[in-house]
Formats: sequence, structure tokens, C-alpha cells
Amino acid sequence: MNIHEYQAKAVLKEFGAPVADGVPILTLDDVQTAVDTLPGPLWVVKSQIHAGGRGKGKFIEAAAGEKGGVRLAFSKEEVMDHAKAMLGNHLVTAQTSAEGKQVNRLYVEDGADIASELYLSLLVDRETGRPAFVASTEGGMDIEAVAHDTPEKILTLPIDPTEGVTAAAAAQLCDALALDGAAREDGMNLFPILYKAFTEKDMSMLEINPLIVMENGNLRVLDAKVSFDGNALFRHPDIMELRDTTEEDEKEIEASEWDLAYIALDGTIGCMVNGAGLAMATMDIIKLYGEEPANFCDVGGGANAEKVAAAFKIIMKDPAVKGILVNIFGGIMKCDVIAEGVIQAVKETSLAVPLVVRLEGTNVDQGKAILADSGMNIIPADDLDDAAQKIVAAVKGA
Amino acid sequence: MSILIDSNTKVIVQGLTGKTGSFHTNQALEYYGTQMVAGTHPRKAGESWTADNGASLPIYANAADAKDATGADATVIYVPPAGAAAAIEEAIDAEIPLIVCITEGVPVLDMVRVKAKLDKSSSRLIGPNCPGLLTPEACKIGIMPGKIFKKGSVGVVSRSGTLTYEAVYQTSVEGLGQTSAVGIGGDPVKGTEFIDVLEMFLADDETESIVMIGEIGGSAEEEAAQFLIDEAKKGRKKPMVGFIAGRTAPKGRTMGHAGAIVSGGKGDAESKIAAMEAAGIKVSPSPARLGTTMVEVLKG
Repeated sequence: MNIHEYQAKAVLKEFGAPVADGVPILTLDDVQTAVDTLPGPLWVVKSQIHAGGRGKGKFIEAAAGEKGGVRLAFSKEEVMDHAKAMLGNHLVTAQTSAEGKQVNRLYVEDGADIASELYLSLLVDRETGRPAFVASTEGGMDIEAVAHDTPEKILTLPIDPTEGVTAAAAAQLCDALALDGAAREDGMNLFPILYKAFTEKDMSMLEINPLIVMENGNLRVLDAKVSFDGNALFRHPDIMELRDTTEEDEKEIEASEWDLAYIALDGTIGCMVNGAGLAMATMDIIKLYGEEPANFCDVGGGANAEKVAAAFKIIMKDPAVKGILVNIFGGIMKCDVIAEGVIQAVKETSLAVPLVVRLEGTNVDQGKAILADSGMNIIPADDLDDAAQKIVAAVKGA
Repeated sequence: MSILIDSNTKVIVQGLTGKTGSFHTNQALEYYGTQMVAGTHPRKAGESWTADNGASLPIYANAADAKDATGADATVIYVPPAGAAAAIEEAIDAEIPLIVCITEGVPVLDMVRVKAKLDKSSSRLIGPNCPGLLTPEACKIGIMPGKIFKKGSVGVVSRSGTLTYEAVYQTSVEGLGQTSAVGIGGDPVKGTEFIDVLEMFLADDETESIVMIGEIGGSAEEEAAQFLIDEAKKGRKKPMVGFIAGRTAPKGRTMGHAGAIVSGGKGDAESKIAAMEAAGIKVSPSPARLGTTMVEVLKG
């Protein structure tokens, strides 16, 4: 689960990380509070969306002006001008779609005098199975590009979970970030704080880009991007409250309520599959035969007829869907149960697009018989190749 | 031969009395009499669990007691996500040689803690978030459907449950059959990686060929490919067919499995396929042609 920058900073501040004072803006009425609370003389007005590249982004609406999603204000009036220009409009960045994301929240922060920009993040390193810091002097840039062009400028430092951040590890990070004086002292304090926040709150990603050294020599967290392990949210009700569903796809929210793994994509063939690997493979094979998948959908191992019907309805909500491929290898799931769910869903949604169903596994013959006897226009398939070819042909012929 | 488990393997069940544990324990008992010997429950010690076939399994308070009483050499865990890591740790403390965790949705930082403990132990963990493992006509641990298996010569290792079934089913249909199939699971931090299982299959005389199924995320496939290249230089090599799921997956999204995510410029399908092909693995573009591709590879 992702959260906004202002929320991430509030979480980090609780653990004692150095962040600027700031005020979130949900409506224009909040702007007055912001300028009254924050002393100035420099303010930063930042769009809050779940996507990076905001500073270099551009608004779709002409009224928002030419500037990006992060704007400097040198007077209280200018703070209000920026807020009016950005709030409610759609920001397009390198990480959003061409339609952009509507900016429903802003964050007004005290400005800072920047001496240098650094990169620091924490994630779980899969090779070692440990949390790891990633540090670089190349802050404010796309870290993937830095990793590609100048990998020697990046330090990846896994942390032994039984020891935590040792003084030696903190010193190594200070060296990698070329910190000295007050900044080095700040760094020695900051790394254990970030590690504590990361592990106690079950974060999956904590990225500070940039971490800045200010003109006064101190460190400050200038931007913060935090995401949480969805599997651990059950023990963090405080974090659950930070979820902003306006940032999520409506179909994905509904799917999560049914405990379905669903991801909306840009293609035309809806997929319903059991198992994440098989669901990805089904998308791949659709592409192999010349069409694009409209979604990823894993109904899981223990789905019943009701859940299958719910998945079907969610897939059908996407107006781009021109055909549906159901691919089930029933190990735990029984094929007759799937078949009944499919028929129930076809009836309830008055399905108007071609439907190809491939069933294999437990009770496969009963399942196939149920589909054949239904009198419905369901195209049966023998294997995954056959199924993909049939649905692609059906969609192209339509 | 087979790897990891055979007809002598004695298995206890952590989470036996729950719905999932009960269902799959019945299935395992029906599969060539897999030796399911006991269950655990912290508050039901001394009670027993009755299988559909009438068999009665004793319940012990914990894994250590169950192991002491039965001489079990494996445990399978069907405990819900919040308690799964503690169940694995209990099994490590009991020094059970093989621990199989089926549970999906274990918090990743719990697994970080488990892995640190595991590294200092002599236990092997398969999973979590995996379908388990199966040796045809001998032993079934986990949730794989027994019916699709056939005793034979192919070793199957996979990060995905249902794609394991595809590989097994297709190699059965082609008449090849399997020595063992191991689902290592779809989580980012797990007990057993491809390399561990490939080493066992290379060492197993009856395994004549190997199917390896990976997916996007991480670099385990690339590491496995390098391992195979290094082993081939030492003269250890078997015919292999591979598949990678997720060529069409968008970047930065978790595709069902917690570990299936292309992030930080790492873990995309193309680089995995290239690495596997460089190691001499025939990578099938279609998951429907794993069996036929193996037949072609074996014909040479």
C-alpha cells in the first residue's frame, strides 16, 4: 500500500527523522492555516499523488499554468495562487498515464536552502533476505538511471536483522554519502531511525530522494516515498487509515474486497485465472498470439462460485473488454464449481462478448459437461494454446 | 530415486485441525498412503484427529513434542499468515529437517527474521506461499493434485503453483513422468531457491531432465543460470526446459505473488530468459508447450 508524501513524513517524524514543518491542504480553506502556521519567507507547494516525477510533471488543464507539480512561493499570496492552480487539476508525470492523476491534496512546506542532494532508501534485499540501505551521492535523480550509468556511485548495504544498524554500518553509509561535520552526526542518528521505522511499520519501501544537506550543514528529509507490505497491514491499523482510495483503480478496490488479485491493464481480452503464475502466463500467451490482456486476475486457490461470479463482474466493468478467457487448472479448485460460477456470472451480467473457457484438473469432465449443457455461447478449449488462439480469433472476428 | 521426500518420509501437520489442514491431510493420506503421523495444536494436546479413511492422528502441543513422539522428519504448515512465521520458528527449534510452509501472505519482515534463524539451523524450509512438493507414488506434502502425476524421469521446480501443475500434467501426458516436483513459492524471501533444488536434481540419478519455471521479480533465475553454467563446466549437466511468466506484466506492480514485481530496473522477464538460454535451457515461449518442448529437447 502506498501513502502520500505528507503522510510518509508524518510517520518518519514520529520516529525522530528531520523533516520540514508542513501543512496538508485538502481544500483551499486550509491554505490560510498553512501560511499562518509556517513562517516563510519561502514555501514549497507540492502536489500529493501516488506517482513520482511530480516536479518535472505538467498539468493537462491550461488554467494550471506551465509549471510542474512542485512550486516555490515567495509570498503568502503566491501560496494561494499555486494552490488554486493545482488543486483539482490533472498532473501528468513520467510515472502516470497520459490522462494523468487528479491532484486532490497538496502539501505546503517550509522551504530549505539546499547545499547538496543525496539518495537514500531502504528495501528488502531478496538476494540476502535482509533489509538493505541503498545510498548514493547522486540525489534528486532517477536512481535506476544512476544504477545503469554509474553503478560505482551506489552502495547497497544489507543489515543483519539480529544486530540492526551498527555504528560501523552507519559510518559506511556516511562515507558513501560523503557526509562530514554536522551532516555526519545527523546521519549517524538518522540511519537507525529509518531502520526502526522501516521494520516496526512493516514498510516494503522507504525512499528519500533527495535527502539534503542544508546550507547550515544539517540533514533534512526533503522528499519521502513510503509503501507498506500489504500482508502486514493487519497489525498496523494506524497505517491502514492512511489509505487514499481515490488513488486506486475502482475495479482494483472492489477486487480487493473479494480478496481477488486484480490489476487493470490496457488491452482488450479480460482474463480470469487461478494462480498468479498461470495468470501472468495467460496474459503472456494472449500477447504471443497478437492481442493484449485487459487485466491480470488471480481468483486464488480456494475460490467458490460466488467469488468467480464477482471476478467476472469486475472484469466486465472494463468497457475495453472485447472478449474473456477463463483459464483454470483445478488442483484445489474443482472444475465443476468453476463452471457453475461462470454460468451464474454469465446469466447475471448478460454477457455480450465472446467467452472462451479452458478447464483442467479435478472434476474436469463434470465441469465441461456443465458448460456444454448450459445452452450458453461458451467456447470450450482443450489447452492454454488452444484457448488463447480461440479468444484472439473471436475478438479479431468481432 | 527422488529428492527430499520418499515413501519413508514421516510428516506432521502444524494447523491440522483447521479446514485447510484437514482437507489436505486427507488428500495426502489418500495419495499412496503418505505417512501423515501427527498434528499440533497448542491447546489440543492429547486429543486426536480422525481422517476420512478412519485413520486417527494424535495431536501434540507443539512440533518438538510431535517429533519426539513420532520420529517425524518433515512438517507441513497450514497456519494462517499472522502465525505462520512463529510456526516455522517452532519447527526450526524442534530441529525438524524439512519444513514446508504452504501459507500465503506471510509478512516479508517476518520471513527476514525466520531466514536469519534458518541460516543458523540444520533445517530446510520450502516456501512459504508454495504448493509443497510431491514424489509420485510415494509421498505428497502440500496441496498439489496427486492425480496429474506419473512416476518418471523429469524433475520439476517452480515459483508458481498452477504452472507447476501445467509442467507436471504435460510431462505426464507425454509419457515422461516425474521424479519429484518442488514448488519453491512466490514470496520475495523464502527458504529454498532454484539453485538448491537444481543441485539436488543434478545429483539424483533417476532425474534425467529438468523443467524450471520462473517468473518476474528478483534475480533467482539469473543466479540459477550462472550456477548451471558453472556446473556444466564441471561436467554436470542435464537437458532442461524453462518458462518465465510475466513478459507482459507492467513495471512496479505486484502480480499476485508478493515476489512477482519488476522494480528498480530489476527482475524483468527478458533478462531472465536471456540468462536461462545462455545456460543452455530451452525456454518455451508458451506455457502450453512445456511437455512437447521437453520431448523435442530429449530427441536432440
